[in-house]
Amino acid sequence: MGREFLEQPTITKVGIVIVVLGFIFNIGMTVLSGRKTVVSVVLLTGLVGLAVFFLFSFYNPDNLVLDKYFWWWVVHLWVEGVWELILGAILAFVLIKVTGVDREVIEKWLYLIIAMALITGVIGTGHHYFYIGTPEYWMWLGSIFGALEPIPFFMMTLFAFNMVSRRRREHPNQAAVLWALGTAVMAFLGAGVWGFMHTLAPVNYYTHGSQITAAHGHMAFYGAYVMIVLTIISYAMPILRGQGNAASAGAQRVEKWAFWLMTVSMVVITLALTGAGVLQIWLQRMAEEPMSFMATQDSITFFYWLREAAGLGFLIGLVLYVYSFFVGKATTPARSAA
Amino acid sequence: MSERFTKGMARNIYVGGGVFSLLLLLSLTFHTVSALPERDHRENLTPQVALGKKVWEDNDCIGCHTLLGEGAYFAPELGNVYQRFGDSTETIAMCIRSRPAEGIPGRRSMPQFNLSDEELNAISEFLKWTSEINTNDWPPNIEG
Ligand code: HEM
Ligand SMILES: [Fe+2]
Repeated sequence: MGREFLEQPTITKVGIVIVVLGFIFNIGMTVLSGRKTVVSVVLLTGLVGLAVFFLFSFYNPDNLVLDKYFWWWVVHLWVEGVWELILGAILAFVLIKVTGVDREVIEKWLYLIIAMALITGVIGTGHHYFYIGTPEYWMWLGSIFGALEPIPFFMMTLFAFNMVSRRRREHPNQAAVLWALGTAVMAFLGAGVWGFMHTLAPVNYYTHGSQITAAHGHMAFYGAYVMIVLTIISYAMPILRGQGNAASAGAQRVEKWAFWLMTVSMVVITLALTGAGVLQIWLQRMAEEPMSFMATQDSITFFYWLREAAGLGFLIGLVLYVYSFFVGKATTPARSAA
Repeated sequence: MSERFTKGMARNIYVGGGVFSLLLLLSLTFHTVSALPERDHRENLTPQVALGKKVWEDNDCIGCHTLLGEGAYFAPELGNVYQRFGDSTETIAMCIRSRPAEGIPGRRSMPQFNLSDEELNAISEFLKWTSEINTNDWPPNIEG
């Protein structure tokens, strides 16, 4: 309790573990009784990794440095480790389905992407061990491996665009294709570009715990883990609802509008927070006569209003997204499409 | 991708690279944990400091503040508040005790937590202990 992201009371954490294990059991048995593909095995590996690393949330020593050290095993080793396996697997699945490109090619890409994710991201945990009491050598390890961490995200972008341009069919669900391309691009921008911005120890010395961190967190989470979920929903929902392979053209049009509204709003949110962060660091941490935290915050309110306005734009996009499920129910498209 | 680079090779890089990285992290962790006593001055980690950490967590201080750069970015960094308040645990306790219950209009203001004296002393000692961790010279200046 009372730790960032791990606020849940212990009893709730136990509940989370039970629910997650049930979920993994369900998925696991499904995979085992069906065709075991590379995609499904990677997905399962990512889910098991998620469960394993969450166990570190139960370890809360009195020593703050140890607490922080293993806290990052949940937070970092999730988003820059095992979750990338889940992200890669879902992206690969949707790309197989909507492009019809040979599974062999897609699986080779998937292996390489997750290989780079683990090789850079596991030791890349060190980019959180600069200034929390851990030894100095982490400055080198965290900077070097952190700087390589954008590689898997860049590969995902190449992967998605390559597969779509080599597509063997025009899938009727163009909204799902848009989400798949969008998540690849936005994950690269948010995690890769905004992550790289503050991953070197001398830079992080000034940016650590500032609005730059918040800017990066917003875009990375949306780009990688919100958008991949919306991608698979977009792909699966019409099938689950018996609408054939795609929602009606009208519903897709609304969904695409929602995509652009949410995504552009998130770009503006990120830029606003980045502006706030740059000014904050300048006024509070670099100036000859540094201002106090509170005085600094008062000087950067413009960026917070901008961020607020963009947040409203995002909300409208979200409402539109939900609305898209109720558009054009009557006119289901042809069920024959591949 | 070229035909000579097979899926099997890609899989081997994934499995080999992943296992190697995890083993490397484990051994670095082993080393870090054994090197930490030098840096975290745990000999000063009294039961009072431990209680202070519990007070910190039970009142969700991280919901607004940052501590050594992690938290909510909404209220000041507290990893060095002991130094900012002139090396004084009394000032920290007084500051927490004296928050107006109705807040300060037009400004972000900290709630009144109604902590007991024991809790106030503990949280102040916890923040003092935290400020004495060797953090490679972070934050850059006293403003945090
Ligand atoms: C999709 C993947 C990612 C997500 C969801 C993500 C999310 C986050 C979040 C939420 C934080 C703030 C943690 C806190 O509260 O202290 C953070 C911090 C950080 N991230 Fe990422 N991140 C991702 C990928 C990356 C990558 C690829 C890099 C490096 C290239 C990176 C570099 C950093 C650094 C250096 C920090 C520490 C900021 C500080 O010192 O305050 N992240 N990330
Ligand atoms: Fe990280």
